[in-house]
Amino acid sequence: MKMKSLLGAASAVAMLSAAPALAECADPVKVGVLHSLSGTMAISETTLKDTMLLLIEEQNAKGGLLGCEIEAVVVDPASDWPLFAEKARELLTVHDVDVIFGNWTSVSRKSVLPVIEELNGLLFYPVQYEGEESSKNVFYTGAAPNQQAIPATDYFLDELGVEKFALLGTDYVYPRTTNNILESYLKSKGIAEEDIFVNYTPFGHSDWATIVADVVALGEDGKQVGVISTINGDANIGFYKELAAAGISADDIPVVAFSVGEEELSGLDTTNLVGHLAAWNYFQSAEGEANEAWVEAWKAKMGEERVTNDPMEAHYIGFNMWVNAATEAGTTDVDAVRAAMYGQEFPNLTGGTAVMLPNHHLAKPVLIGEITEDGQFDIISQTTEVPGDAWTDYLPESAVLVSDWKELGCGMYNTETKTCVQLTSNY
Amino acid sequence: MKPGFLSQNPSVLWFLAALGLFTLGVTVLAEATGTGALSTSFVKTLGKTLCLCLIAIAMDVVWGYCGILSLGHFAFFGIGGYAIGMWLMYARTEAIVSESMAAAVIPPTDQEVIDAIGTQIFGVVGSSEFPVIWAFSDSLFLQLLMVVLIPGLLALVFGWLAFRSRVTGVYLSILTQAMTLALSLYLFQNDSGLRGNNGLSGLQNIPGFEDTPQSMISIAFFWASALALGLGYLLFAFVTSGKMGSVIRGIRDDEARVRFLGYHVESYKLFVFTLTAVIAGIAGALYYPQAGIINPAEIAPIASIYLAVWVAIGGRGRLYGAVIGAAFVSLLSSWFTGGGAPNVNLGVYTIQWTDWWLVLLGLSFVAVTLFAPKGIGGLFDAIAVRRTPERVGDYGPDKGALRQEEGTE
Amino acid sequence: MFRTILIILAVCLAAPSIASAQDLQSILQSHQKLVAKPSAKTVGTVLDDLAASGLSGTADFLERWRNKELWVRTEDGLFFYTTADGSDLTLLDIDTGETVGTAIKKDLKQIRPNGGVRKAIASALVQFQLSDPDIARRTAAVDAIARAMTADQLAPLQAAIDNEPDAALKARKTRLAGMLAASFADTTEARVAAIQALSDDISVDVRAVLNQILTTKRATAAALPEGANIAAQLTVGQDISETEAYAMLVDADLAPARVSASDILSALTANASDGRVADTPVGTLNTLEARAKVYDTLAAAGTVPTRITDAEAQRLIETHVYFDAYIEKDPAITQAARLALDGIETRVAVSQAADLTLDALSLASIYFLAAIGLAVTFGVMGVINMAHGEFIMMGAYTGYVVQLFIPNYTASIIVALPLAFAVTFAAGVAMERLVIRWLYHRPLETLLATFGISIALQQLAKNIFGTQARPLTSPAWLDGAWVINDVIAISYIRIAIFVLALIFLALIVWILRKTRLGLEVRAVTQNPGMAASMGINPDRINMLTFGLGSGIAGIAGVAIGLYAKVTSEMGADYIVQSFMTVVVGGVGNVWGTLAGATMIGFLQKGIEWFNPSNTLAAQTYMILFIILFIQFRPKGIVALKGRAAGD
Repeated sequence: MKMKSLLGAASAVAMLSAAPALAECADPVKVGVLHSLSGTMAISETTLKDTMLLLIEEQNAKGGLLGCEIEAVVVDPASDWPLFAEKARELLTVHDVDVIFGNWTSVSRKSVLPVIEELNGLLFYPVQYEGEESSKNVFYTGAAPNQQAIPATDYFLDELGVEKFALLGTDYVYPRTTNNILESYLKSKGIAEEDIFVNYTPFGHSDWATIVADVVALGEDGKQVGVISTINGDANIGFYKELAAAGISADDIPVVAFSVGEEELSGLDTTNLVGHLAAWNYFQSAEGEANEAWVEAWKAKMGEERVTNDPMEAHYIGFNMWVNAATEAGTTDVDAVRAAMYGQEFPNLTGGTAVMLPNHHLAKPVLIGEITEDGQFDIISQTTEVPGDAWTDYLPESAVLVSDWKELGCGMYNTETKTCVQLTSNY
Repeated sequence: MKPGFLSQNPSVLWFLAALGLFTLGVTVLAEATGTGALSTSFVKTLGKTLCLCLIAIAMDVVWGYCGILSLGHFAFFGIGGYAIGMWLMYARTEAIVSESMAAAVIPPTDQEVIDAIGTQIFGVVGSSEFPVIWAFSDSLFLQLLMVVLIPGLLALVFGWLAFRSRVTGVYLSILTQAMTLALSLYLFQNDSGLRGNNGLSGLQNIPGFEDTPQSMISIAFFWASALALGLGYLLFAFVTSGKMGSVIRGIRDDEARVRFLGYHVESYKLFVFTLTAVIAGIAGALYYPQAGIINPAEIAPIASIYLAVWVAIGGRGRLYGAVIGAAFVSLLSSWFTGGGAPNVNLGVYTIQWTDWWLVLLGLSFVAVTLFAPKGIGGLFDAIAVRRTPERVGDYGPDKGALRQEEGTE
Repeated sequence: MFRTILIILAVCLAAPSIASAQDLQSILQSHQKLVAKPSAKTVGTVLDDLAASGLSGTADFLERWRNKELWVRTEDGLFFYTTADGSDLTLLDIDTGETVGTAIKKDLKQIRPNGGVRKAIASALVQFQLSDPDIARRTAAVDAIARAMTADQLAPLQAAIDNEPDAALKARKTRLAGMLAASFADTTEARVAAIQALSDDISVDVRAVLNQILTTKRATAAALPEGANIAAQLTVGQDISETEAYAMLVDADLAPARVSASDILSALTANASDGRVADTPVGTLNTLEARAKVYDTLAAAGTVPTRITDAEAQRLIETHVYFDAYIEKDPAITQAARLALDGIETRVAVSQAADLTLDALSLASIYFLAAIGLAVTFGVMGVINMAHGEFIMMGAYTGYVVQLFIPNYTASIIVALPLAFAVTFAAGVAMERLVIRWLYHRPLETLLATFGISIALQQLAKNIFGTQARPLTSPAWLDGAWVINDVIAISYIRIAIFVLALIFLALIVWILRKTRLGLEVRAVTQNPGMAASMGINPDRINMLTFGLGSGIAGIAGVAIGLYAKVTSEMGADYIVQSFMTVVVGGVGNVWGTLAGATMIGFLQKGIEWFNPSNTLAAQTYMILFIILFIQFRPKGIVALKGRAAGD
């Protein structure tokens, strides 16, 4: 086993070797990286830390930013949610970073939000999430529900003719909110309440036999059954193993997952899962020169067996947009960069262009892929760019809300009463 | 307080003096009140550490003095945090909601205000209605009462059931562990009404003090934590001294003999268990506004086991030992995981402490158990000669009772 | 395959004129977009045109299209089959199959029809495949019919039954034809007969057919409509609530919509001016009653629609009937279907109970396997080993490492099981020698010391293997499930774990009861001093016993890794559960552990059955139950008596 050689960067301040030409910079540009390097979330987040280091390395090779060498400040919040807030404060006040790239789980983001807002920091959050949030100080480069869940559900309804839905999720906020939105969306599409089966399981659940049997039994009234899975992390392994053992083929009961990417499949033998689906904004198998170059750079740095995934692309876009915005603004000052961020465009790795919207979300294409035997995805559907929606249109309380930091200067604007509900977030 | 209590326990005075000096030092160096040499985040860390010290002395009393190895005291700590967190969230949200609703043409009904608060708090987990357990969340006084009452009641009921059936030793440890596991699993559910895995967040923003900078709030909470620790120390020093203390230690050494001497062992155990639970609740209520967020992972069984680790490393059966253990291990731990410790290059392999710290902690824990059962606190014996009772052989006939090695007073 | 191509070629040669007049490429070009970016909603027209063309290459084309073998040239939109030629592609004409050139990959795009399109293509292929000489194709055709049953498949399917050579497939065809007949046969008699024939089949698809026949639609009317096939009449207050009933009336335009509180609020907001609504100051409108009153004033003035009174709503609800009506008009058919389904459902319920029992047994065996090592170390020796979970993890990682070296899954498992035992046995013995030996009679400190070892081992595993889950793949003969019927099924891997658990139960009982070692273990457990004076070396016995318990944990790790996952935290998932299993069952007795595991397994499945949508709640309540159980039975289910009890 190869030791994770890069964890050296785990030390609080990982200074990258300074290029001599750029060394004399009065105000060095500092980028905070706030990803867990230990604890339960290290499995996913360590990859993103490495992504950031790669991106910063590449940018420095291109001449840094504003004539300065970019310096990465890596801290380890250790999958401990209160520690995220503490480390964010440390980054902003002790290390004086100009921007933070970080977080994976929603709860860690909620933990960090008050600190970032209080100290007027800037956070780029790269993971698909449940929406219902738009902070002045956060740019959400991952997918909102309407950029992942809704298109995938549409695919189920229109292409696969699914009439009965099993919404399986791990019991935490992302699946809960996503399933709530989907339930409401499905009802608006004429799916009866009794045709929606919802189940929540704990993190790391391994006993899936009964739940899989329940899903099979849903087919007894002759309707096409489909599973929408928001099952998180390694619980997926047991789930897919049980699915394969029960001989459920994607032609009978298709499963679309929102949290299963290349990284998760590497812990699995996928021969029995061919044809099941996942919805993301990025797959490693996307064709295009930018993606090929990116995958090659990643493998060169991390090893041939490593894969790329969606949150990595989110950081790729986010970081490059931030660099461009700071260059445009001529400073890394948070307010100036934020103003320059709106309308910022950058080519996606999957083709097309991502645009930063005034609600701090991206417009990105939605991809649906089928699992292949080698643990990759075969892209079978790609939409045009979908603008991310901070407040979903499918829940009555949120339908009246919009976020527009550019024109309205408010992240939670009630269009009915024409008032700004609040300027800070409801963490 | 009985005259002579302090003279009998000189360590109490020493401790209080040290705590006072420490508080003064931090105040002088803090951002809001002094030179600013200590950052706000570090003041918060120190304040939290004091709260951990408080629950550690509670743990020491229940384990080091009374012999009940409770692996569930963090459940009470968490409940305290949840209780205060509910008020903090409610009051903060109420301020926001009433401000935004004041702009509406038609003034809102009371119910509409409550509904809007509910939407704000629970919207994130896909609900908008207030669960029953939030019934008192609009009142600071009632929620403060909950900080004390709920851990106390839970400990009372659990302890009564367990002690009544004479569940002792490791069985009791496993049972308390099951209790905290059940509680954390329950809170993990969204249906529990406490926002599931997300928990309660933004607790560092104190309603009514929106304009006070965090540097001030952090030092205020630091003072409050120091005060609580000082009072808690006095209280426990009082409880564990005198006749009552002797009975409690007697129960630890041989429960059956104390029972045959005519003491109602169950009542003593129940008293100690409940009292420490209440103090743990108070410690939690002070801790989480400094941490900013409380969620079920905080009360997972592992947290309570770490608590036992702190007390053991610091030295059981002496209150200052628990304080030293909690402060030493938790600060050292954040120094190591924070990357403060320099990497060790062995030539073939570089030891990175973020990876190896837990291995070191685990092994040093084994070492302490094997070679230094008195923990760090044992070092003080070298300075001040302690009156150690000369006892030979085991304390009791059955294997459930503790042995000489464990009765380290 | 070759045969088909030969036939296609033959046809192409024989009738070149037809092919040139109307070839596949030109049909496809007329639907270029629909073929290049197929969607399930629109692919029908292409398939219809292809079927109507009668071209001989159609079946082959459809298959290749479905199998993602079709490519489109970006510059002119022409379609080709391709074969790989190094990094380039050799293009084959889709009509003739002849090579027409090569191209680099970038100039072409592979067409990847999605699952819905593939399904539609499969249905279109049925007519070509039902009597195909290749059994794989015939099976595919039957699969396609089973997945999308339509009326027009009945006749071709029935025709294809007689000349089916394969007995199994013939049975499937017959069964499928029966199901189609139940839904689509021409006469009532034929359908009723088909339905009755289905009544002893409890599979999901048969129930699906019957439920489809029994689909109902809820409706309301002033009186029950004549000639409708009514399934049930609904009583307001019992079957449906008054709110639902009124909502149905509104939907059917039989009643006006009610004005809700939010409607009132928006009406008042719209009519507010200068801080007043209908001469009432808005400041007073902070109760629902006050708002309703002002709304009524507005309504009286005709500005807003009138509110319907509760009495009026009640009258409307009472003057209508509410019912479920079958979509199927013929009562004879619905009656037969109802009768058949009722019978089936009773049997399904029995099967479900059996399935739940199997799941519970399987869960119990997993708990048992995880806990049995602990039953030896904790139960027999009285040593609390918090690192037991990490021994399970070590076993699983051993399995993973073995699979890295031995790619054959069967062989690797055969090697991994004893190796896992050896590794964890050694680890256990080392731990006993180095740590636990010094802590006998200090149970609480053993607990803490072993906990220290546990976190060290867990972190060590993370450092060595990384935090990613590692694959531990079961051999192919353990893939799949033992299917008794569509309801009762259990995967082979779970059966294997069950068998393994039984073997270990027997082994432990045998060692403890029938061997010299077991005798000595029991002697040392009960009275070490006396045992030592009889010539038994208690040190050696303790070491071996601890090693045995740890070794079994290692084997459990391989088994658990096979069915779930291999991560550094897997041990922690099982440790609390395992302790509870041992404590609930009764310490010091392997049978007690068995009883404990069985009880916990059945209990958990039972609670899950009551609340299937929340597995977490089931776990919570189970732990609460265990806490209460221990309060009332502190010695567990199987309590030792007499001297063996040790007190």
